[in-house]
Amino acid sequence: MEIKTDEYSVTYDSDIIVCKGSLLLNSSAEYAPILNLFNSVAEKQIQPLTLDVRNLEFLNSSGINTFTKFIVNVRKKQVLQLIAIGYGEIPWQVRFLKNLQRLMPSLVLKLE
Amino acid sequence: METQIFGHFVEDSSGSMEYLKIGLLPSCLSIKESWQTNGLSADFIANYVQTFFIGQPQNTDAPIPIQSKHAVKYIANELLENAMKFNDNKSQHFIEISFKLYNDKLIFHVTHDVNSKNVVKLKEFLKEIINGDPQDLYFNRMEANAINDDKGSGLGLLSMMCDYSAKLGWKFEISKYNAPITLTTMVCLNI
Repeated sequence: MEIKTDEYSVTYDSDIIVCKGSLLLNSSAEYAPILNLFNSVAEKQIQPLTLDVRNLEFLNSSGINTFTKFIVNVRKKQVLQLIAIGYGEIPWQVRFLKNLQRLMPSLVLKLE
Repeated sequence: METQIFGHFVEDSSGSMEYLKIGLLPSCLSIKESWQTNGLSADFIANYVQTFFIGQPQNTDAPIPIQSKHAVKYIANELLENAMKFNDNKSQHFIEISFKLYNDKLIFHVTHDVNSKNVVKLKEFLKEIINGDPQDLYFNRMEANAINDDKGSGLGLLSMMCDYSAKLGWKFEISKYNAPITLTTMVCLNI
């Protein structure tokens, strides 16, 4: 499962969602395909799911909103174990993932 | 001319080391093209400012320090996105973004016309974030958006305050002659 453009890609394969590039889309409407991919993966996923943002270079506030909606959705279902991976040396990734963990305390953070 | 100030608004530029202003005219482009110029302008500003940070000590305790290139790009991009969203689409004036660099702070100003229909709701939101606890509002907003975000996420300004320790202020300039209302948003970041 993949969404790919010149600016970014979101790919699901082997229990991992990998986000790459710059997400600068306009409003929830433009982010809907990405949120749909996240939610449809979570719906079918049985094994722990990993969210890898190490190669995500930029995320605007509408993008933050998309990820937080997904996290709240997963938290409400109380079934899926979620792991998030970012780089510990990239301050915005650390802050972003810690904010997600505040929304969902069971989220496992891996800061490399 | 009537002026209304909200929050921490600073206009004085005395003592600034460096100054840059960019003007964008959204009516010249499609919405999609205009949106793309936000990221390009924010990228340019971030690269430009970065040259002044090389070798400088990092004194701020902000969760995301302004010295990281991502920080300046994020702030500039959010300000431009908001300006595009709230700009009066009948306005023929430029959306202007400027930054002033001081020894101890970086200040952005973004000026554009706003449709008077949006002003009441905007002022209500500004009063809420000025008088409330930004951290609580930020996370409450995330929770609320998971149920319904039809009116926009509202996370941009709150993320600047919570994740970048930014101080924000707003100036509304209301003409007596039925002209559009001009809004200037100010963001101040400690270096």
